[in-house]
Amino acid sequence: MNKIKKRYWKGIEEFTNDPEFVKHADKEFPEYLPVGNDEGGSSRRDFLKLMGFGVAAASLAACEAPVRKAIPYLNKPDTVDPGIPNYYASTYLQGGDYCSIVVKTREGRPIKIEGNKLSKVTMGGTSAEVQASVLTLYDKERLDGPRKEGNAISWDDLDKEITEQLVSVLSVGGQIRIITNTMLSPATLRIFEDFKEKYPGTNVVTYDPASSAGMLQANEANFGMRVLPSYDFSNAMTIVSLSADFLGTWISPTEFTKLYNKTRKINSKNNKMSRHYQFESNLSLTGANADYRSPVKPSDEGDVVIGLYNLIASKAGESTISGGKSDFRYLKKAANDLWSNKVKSLVVSGSNDPAVQTIVNGINSMLGNYGSTISFNRHANFRQGDDRAMNGFIDDVKGGKIDAVIFYNCNPVYNHPRGAELSEALKGARITVTTSDRMDETASSVTYVAPDHHFLESWNDAEPKKGYFSLSQPTISPLFNSRQAQESFMAWAGNEGNYFNYLKEFWRINMYKESAAFGFQYFWDKSLQDGIYESENVEENSEPPQNIDAQAAAATVAQNYKGDNGLELVLYYKVAIGDGTQANNPWLQEMPDTITKAVWDNYVTISQSDARELGITSELGFTNMVNLTIDGRTAKLPVIIQPGQAKGTLGLALGYGRTKAGKVADGVGFDATPWIKSLNDNAYYAVTSGVQLEVTGEMYQVAQTQTHETFMGRDNVLQEATLKEYQKNPSAGRWHPRITTWMNEEKSLTPGEVTLWKGHKYPDHHWGLMIDLNSCTGCSACTIACQAENNVPVVGREEVVNRREMHWIRIDRYYSSDASLDNLSGLEVASENPEITFQPLMCQHCNNAPCETVCPVAATTHSSEGLNMMTYNRCIGTRYCANNCPYKVRRFNWFKYHDNKQFDKNLSMNNDLGKMVLNPDVTVRSRGVMEKCTLCVQRIQAGKLAAKIEHRTTTDDDIDTACASACPADALVFGDMNNPESNISKMLKIKEYEGDGTIHKTMEEERAFTMLEDVGTRPNVTYLTKIRNKDREESNA
Amino acid sequence: MPLKIRLKCSAVLLVSVLFFSGSFHKLNAQAEAVPADADVIAAGEKLFRQNCAACHRIQEKLIGPGLANVYDRRDIAWIQAFVKNSQKVIQSGDPYAVDMFEEYNQIVMPPVDFSDEEILSILAYIKDQTDKLPQAAVTIEEAVDTGAAAEQGLFTGYMNYILAGLIITLILMIVVLVMISSVMQKFLRTRSDLDEADREIIAQRFNLLALLQSRAFIGIVAFVFTAIAFKTVIDQLYEIGVQQGYAPEQPIAFSHKVHAGQYEIDCNYCHTGVMKSKNANIPSPNICMNCHSSITEGVNTGTKEISKIYAAIEENRPIEWVRVHNLPDFAYFNHSQHVNVGKVECATCHGPVEEMEVVRQYSLLTMGWCVDCHRTTKVNTKDNAYYDKLVEFHNSPELMTVESIGGLECAKCHY
Repeated sequence: MNKIKKRYWKGIEEFTNDPEFVKHADKEFPEYLPVGNDEGGSSRRDFLKLMGFGVAAASLAACEAPVRKAIPYLNKPDTVDPGIPNYYASTYLQGGDYCSIVVKTREGRPIKIEGNKLSKVTMGGTSAEVQASVLTLYDKERLDGPRKEGNAISWDDLDKEITEQLVSVLSVGGQIRIITNTMLSPATLRIFEDFKEKYPGTNVVTYDPASSAGMLQANEANFGMRVLPSYDFSNAMTIVSLSADFLGTWISPTEFTKLYNKTRKINSKNNKMSRHYQFESNLSLTGANADYRSPVKPSDEGDVVIGLYNLIASKAGESTISGGKSDFRYLKKAANDLWSNKVKSLVVSGSNDPAVQTIVNGINSMLGNYGSTISFNRHANFRQGDDRAMNGFIDDVKGGKIDAVIFYNCNPVYNHPRGAELSEALKGARITVTTSDRMDETASSVTYVAPDHHFLESWNDAEPKKGYFSLSQPTISPLFNSRQAQESFMAWAGNEGNYFNYLKEFWRINMYKESAAFGFQYFWDKSLQDGIYESENVEENSEPPQNIDAQAAAATVAQNYKGDNGLELVLYYKVAIGDGTQANNPWLQEMPDTITKAVWDNYVTISQSDARELGITSELGFTNMVNLTIDGRTAKLPVIIQPGQAKGTLGLALGYGRTKAGKVADGVGFDATPWIKSLNDNAYYAVTSGVQLEVTGEMYQVAQTQTHETFMGRDNVLQEATLKEYQKNPSAGRWHPRITTWMNEEKSLTPGEVTLWKGHKYPDHHWGLMIDLNSCTGCSACTIACQAENNVPVVGREEVVNRREMHWIRIDRYYSSDASLDNLSGLEVASENPEITFQPLMCQHCNNAPCETVCPVAATTHSSEGLNMMTYNRCIGTRYCANNCPYKVRRFNWFKYHDNKQFDKNLSMNNDLGKMVLNPDVTVRSRGVMEKCTLCVQRIQAGKLAAKIEHRTTTDDDIDTACASACPADALVFGDMNNPESNISKMLKIKEYEGDGTIHKTMEEERAFTMLEDVGTRPNVTYLTKIRNKDREESNA
Repeated sequence: MPLKIRLKCSAVLLVSVLFFSGSFHKLNAQAEAVPADADVIAAGEKLFRQNCAACHRIQEKLIGPGLANVYDRRDIAWIQAFVKNSQKVIQSGDPYAVDMFEEYNQIVMPPVDFSDEEILSILAYIKDQTDKLPQAAVTIEEAVDTGAAAEQGLFTGYMNYILAGLIITLILMIVVLVMISSVMQKFLRTRSDLDEADREIIAQRFNLLALLQSRAFIGIVAFVFTAIAFKTVIDQLYEIGVQQGYAPEQPIAFSHKVHAGQYEIDCNYCHTGVMKSKNANIPSPNICMNCHSSITEGVNTGTKEISKIYAAIEENRPIEWVRVHNLPDFAYFNHSQHVNVGKVECATCHGPVEEMEVVRQYSLLTMGWCVDCHRTTKVNTKDNAYYDKLVEFHNSPELMTVESIGGLECAKCHY
């Protein structure tokens, strides 16, 4: 047996053989008894009582079946047929976040969001937040009508009062402010203009919780354009990111993931891939995907960027600038790679400091990246927030200079660092209004709330990038007595009409000019159907003139980036929760964090060496809590010891500690927003001095899923190689187990060849799923897509601690040591900066499935299309199958998660409104049954039926699983392995041969492997090896 | 209110049955232009049933006129124009069309997107039916008479008589036996030459109480009782949730017997989803109004029930029908798979709906019932490329049942 080249582990507790971990490592279930019983078991009397009740219930059920009603439409719309889904193209807009989407509705209810493949911006990708937003639509915490001082008021009265007061403000020439997050909608901007016309004292102030104001300022100074450029990651062979989490949370992660992965797909024809360096403090999703990652402190950020500038400048023969250091690990190597891939390289920085961004612009300029990987022609509109303007606004309100404030769908009282100040100051304004959809922190601080529709109920447009337009359309009638915010602004400005007509007219005037051939109605219908309109002739102006003063920038940087040699705190946004706008969405709260795999909490992440020094211990899943004091504000916070965390730094996520978001989010985690600092008048997401940390004796367990399903030491679940190894030998890193029987030569057989089973015939279809480990970034959009598609319940924090999470697809995150195998002492230490591999894992649909053979009631069986089927109504809950599953992908319903008050955070199953999101084609499972990934059998059946009705065979276009269609990296490919034309057959190079009277398949793709091949389960899910673009010798350094 | 008006407008108008003897001669030759091909007639029948039958009959007036001899009454080109867009013909001022429009309460016949050939095929069907009219009526009547009589005699009258005869015979035999026995006993008591043993036998009296108290009797009774009780419980348990024969009262006393039986409206006309969706769909009132905008009085209940449709529309309140066919949530069933792809007749599962005044659940709808059908049904593979590979695998479509292509696998219905 080939020796495994690496040691993998999922968490520190696994590495150190923590007793808690060892206790659970080879058990499928944490305890023998399903429920901790306070009474200590049931008595004979209870049994008899239950029996009696059971018989009575059964006889009652027999007497009278419930009368079920069937209520048809009164006037059935032509295009809606019960039982047939309708799809509408629309646009997800949340602050500056954007995604072009297709909404699946059933009987008029949106139930699932897919990516819109026509969009050139998001290209069919989605994110976890986009996938989950359909549940937010059915959130009961949304306001059911307008409010005045918290009391209900009619829309007419509200309009009357607001208009009267605005007019009186106008009459004294008072100041009005509209506060918004980045506004991507050109029609809404025009509405603001209309409003300004009526009330000349109006100014629009834009801010973003995750601000890019520094970059806007730098670009304005350097290029004369206050915009963000378009980044073309697909064209960059060397990518250097200075703490920009561009695959997770930075600017437009879905788009960047798509583009980035175009350079990471390798096969025998194209065996080149990009190389990615990451310099950062917290281990981010992007850092986890980097080929080389170097942990740096935030106070060193200035030195890194100047160091890189000088390294490049000396190669380019330009003058260097003062300051900086170049002795950061991998910095010189990064500079060499950048220089050798001039024009085809990209340097990005997540910093919100214009000085740093100016130097980054200087680096990209020296590398000639403008016009190649960075373009201002189709510049992005994503982050337009202006921190200085927002600070100015708060000062003005405090100074009593502002008479009226209208918040458009933003929540600065919560997500702006000066929120508390603002909340207090708002009392001084004559009139305060918000369009919040719920009584959130800002809505509670203002007089009037005019709740806006959810975006799935709204008309809207967006221009995410110059010339790329998209439309939102309502996919359901408004659920509450809310009103489109744009119509509110129109009403207050005294404009008649509705927003739909306004929008259409706006498009007629501004967008419609080029396709006059078919008339406006055709243009409009086409744009609405496609969801997008992309104007072809954006004037191809050459890139703007450059005026980059790196030296001056370096001077400011030298002043600002100084630590006090104490701990430094880095604030970051999580992939799921983001800035906390959708915090009341339980799917997002229970989505395991992409790195820590923690749910329902934020926490301080700390490096192992710091934890050791400070005496923070982690035992039995519990870690010491710490008292963190900054600016005199002390908070007691849980801790996670995080490999990859830069030494001397702490990480803490924003977006938590909501107080008025709703029952799901309130009280979850801690609100770190007030700790956002200011640097050059911009928001600065790090605290580099004055961080005091005190370890308490109190222990706390953060609910983490990371070690819940272990591979039990079978390290070959992951197979990886470096690019050079792959180029030499395409099957590098592959592990080929061979076995010996008495009648064969030594080690001449593959494990699949010796089997007790006769094998299966697949005369029609043979469904399979292929997962490219090199593409998967771990973003977890698939997890949420699966949850929405398959009615997967949310179990809550306590049950996750009890290891009973229900997700059908999980992303296993493995750390691996970068020490060589010879370096035994190196292997003993959990690496401070390990390599990371993500592995999506769902039911492997084994051809020789261990679960099928142990089920005493044949509730899990094999289909003639290669699926491992799970029949809930047959299952009696022995859980033998889960015990026998080597992949640990089966989930048991320990409780009835629907219609159960104890699981009231499981919104999609516990109230009438939430239930509207359930997929009617998938059973809601009851207590006591096993469940697992079905490979979206409901979609397979629907796709087959569509083909049958049209009298043709199925193609790839008919069927896609929820996970594969949600993936922004195209890491998952689903298809029919019997169809030689399918993508999966081509990518795996499936060849068929006959033997023993049946047809066998082989995969000739060298990177393809099935998990635990030596066990002989022969899964229908295939993985492709992870390839790192890394020089192996250096990884030992 | 506006809905009602709109529905009225979209309801159907038809060609008149008025005899136009004046134009008769010149049009008579047209009958030859109508094809008499059996295939064409069959195609025409299908189109007629799906599209025309809701408002038109061959002979009698319904919403629109009866269509017998229409090809003699009007010019074929005129008919084609009228079917394609009746309003255009009326607005052109065609006197015949205008008169007819007035006569039929200005109900608009909705335009249908038929080709000329399709309209010809419908005419072919109408001609075929017109020609058959007198004979057809007679044969149907006869068939019904003889069939009904035979059924009656065989299954109810005859069997009952035999049973009654048998029972009477048996009772008579018992009476005779008892009489014989008592006569014999009397005779023996008068005899004096019997020995002691024989006398005892004669003197013996039947002791019912002793029999009832005997262990054997109690044992047998207990066993029989337990067995029957057990069997009943098991049978009852198997019937939990089985609602065969379930015929709930509906909010509107809608009669399938009238609509599907008497008027022969195609199931598909109202249950629009049956060919494309998992649900067959209960028709929404706008479909009812296609006809009931003009038919305000019903056969059985006069205006009482029909007015409930109007009330629902007026009050903007949907009609809450009671579901007759209920499957458990964990069973997935798709109508289009069975009706469209499999070409299963509605009646196969729903029974003779056209005879049901109140619809009842005809079939068991248990899993065993589904599985039995899947075991025996041959897959309808005709002209369907989807099945080519499977037909090849089975060597012949004859050998290919639903079961043999995986129709009994759990995840075909449970997911």
